[in-house]
Amino acid sequence: MRLGLFMGALVVFPFLASPYWLNLANQIAIATIGALGLNILVGYTGQVSLGQGAFMAVGAYTSALLTLRLGLPWGVSIVAACFATAAVGVFFGLPSLRLKGLYLAISTLAAQEIVEWIVTHWTALTGGVEAVVVPAPRLFGQRLNTDFGFYWLGIVLAGATALFTANLFRSRIGRSFVAVRDQDIAASVIGVNVFGTKLLAFATSSFFVGLAGALTAYYRNIISWERFTFETSILYLAMIIVGGLGTIRGSLFGAALITLLPAMIGRVGQELQGSAPAIAALLPSVQQAVFGIVIILFLVFEPEGLSKLWRNVKDYFYVWPFAYRRGEGR
Amino acid sequence: MDQFLQLTVAGLGTGMIYALAAVGFVVIYKASDVINFAQGDLLLFGTYLVFFFLVQVGLPWTAGVLLTMLVAAAIGLAVERTVLRPLIGEPIISMIMVTIGLSSVLRAVVHGIWGPQPRTFPPFLPEGQVMLGSAVVSADRLVAIPLALALLGGLALFFRHTRSGIAMRAIADDQQAALSMGISIPRVFATAWALAAVTAAIGGIMLGNIVGVTPNVAQIGLRVFPVVILGGLDSIRGAVIGGAIIGLLEFYAGGYIGHGLNLIVPYVVLIVVLMVRPYGLFGREIIERV
Repeated sequence: MRLGLFMGALVVFPFLASPYWLNLANQIAIATIGALGLNILVGYTGQVSLGQGAFMAVGAYTSALLTLRLGLPWGVSIVAACFATAAVGVFFGLPSLRLKGLYLAISTLAAQEIVEWIVTHWTALTGGVEAVVVPAPRLFGQRLNTDFGFYWLGIVLAGATALFTANLFRSRIGRSFVAVRDQDIAASVIGVNVFGTKLLAFATSSFFVGLAGALTAYYRNIISWERFTFETSILYLAMIIVGGLGTIRGSLFGAALITLLPAMIGRVGQELQGSAPAIAALLPSVQQAVFGIVIILFLVFEPEGLSKLWRNVKDYFYVWPFAYRRGEGR
Repeated sequence: MDQFLQLTVAGLGTGMIYALAAVGFVVIYKASDVINFAQGDLLLFGTYLVFFFLVQVGLPWTAGVLLTMLVAAAIGLAVERTVLRPLIGEPIISMIMVTIGLSSVLRAVVHGIWGPQPRTFPPFLPEGQVMLGSAVVSADRLVAIPLALALLGGLALFFRHTRSGIAMRAIADDQQAALSMGISIPRVFATAWALAAVTAAIGGIMLGNIVGVTPNVAQIGLRVFPVVILGGLDSIRGAVIGGAIIGLLEFYAGGYIGHGLNLIVPYVVLIVVLMVRPYGLFGREIIERV
């Protein structure tokens, strides 16, 4: 019922919304896919990755260059980009054979810097620091990189990703991811191939991260390396922290919040531009400060993120007007 | 040969600033097992604070530097008390993200107050060029090397001979045992953050002197990782030697090979070290194999 309402709202939304909101919705759709991907690795498998930006870059550049240089149709190049990113993800997941926790996180940081360097310095392939213009994707003669056209592609793929992730963690493979996160030694004792599972997690995660990257390329028409820096990695980590590690709803919530927050602050700033230009000038700092403060507040006060808050609110209304809580310890 | 000498001095000078940043990082990691992604932003704060005291307030530089160190220590204490203490015992991802959030806030404060444009303050390291044999090297880097080494030496003495230094080593060695000996863990963590902030501020002051007062100073924060991994995450000696090696490698790669290779060499070293010897040159071998 609720799901039906939500779906209905999603279908009606683009006909009512202004391009500004459609644009935000599309960004959230892409961010949701990326956040789900990252959550598979960080939230469910417990392998901290600081290389999200790099993996998105691989997806974006692979799909863009396949279309641009080889003239492949966009659908094919997106799928190819997903697999390419998965392969790169596995490669940079190899250190997880020997490393865990902190050390693995730092090695993914190196992956981020190395991929970024390759993108900016392998000029013959990627155009270096110049932006790459991506041909518009078309479906049934309609251009898909308009706000309206892309919306449908975005939500269908985001929905499919969420569905896949939800079902993945009902399967044996998904459960083994969680087992590795919770206690890797115990997992190996009960017959989970820890290293293989980690690599598989890297592959699955990178697959969707690559998808998010490829979609960014097609939506923006133009890609440049600046879109895929370490800052991007942080942004996505913030999404899953704020949303809730290891939850699907959390990936959506986090993606929405982290996308909307700077946009809303920017709007307030535009309002202030006329009346208080001094405050408007401080805006970029305010955005950055709020971003940091939100992360810190969530970590200190609600480490399980928005998805936990959502559950609290739901529980509250479920038993209202009585004070006891349903499902303690759930 | 001249080029070699020039690159060596420049590399060591940069390396010593890396070392100053890395030592703060190591002190925090040793004491509290927190990896601090905000180290670069503490440096940035130091740079701008000293700019504030020297240029905007107009203090003489001894007073300015001392005040900067004091304020930096206060910031370190405040950060530990408000942000880090509630998170003691949380998983690694929380620790990483909280310092990243912190870095975002610190950077925003600096941008908000001082804006993005580069500034300068009156240099107190000697300016100009010095002839070393037939090679021309810049004087500020040449002076920065012994200065940083002296500071790092002082820090080593602090760890060996003072009460709080020994308490810090005790906590790093075995928290339970240290606790039962009556060492206050929160106080040691606070000292560690204050100390890290002060060393970062000193690094920031020197960096501001060499490259100018710009927001880019914070980028050194990520360069710390190759340094500390190479040297060993919990070794101060490692931070110094690692800093020197990474600084030298950067300048040799940039000077002899070019192609922007100086940007990437530290990270390649990082990956290699992680694969071959994850605990670095001087770190303790407690890496858990999976």
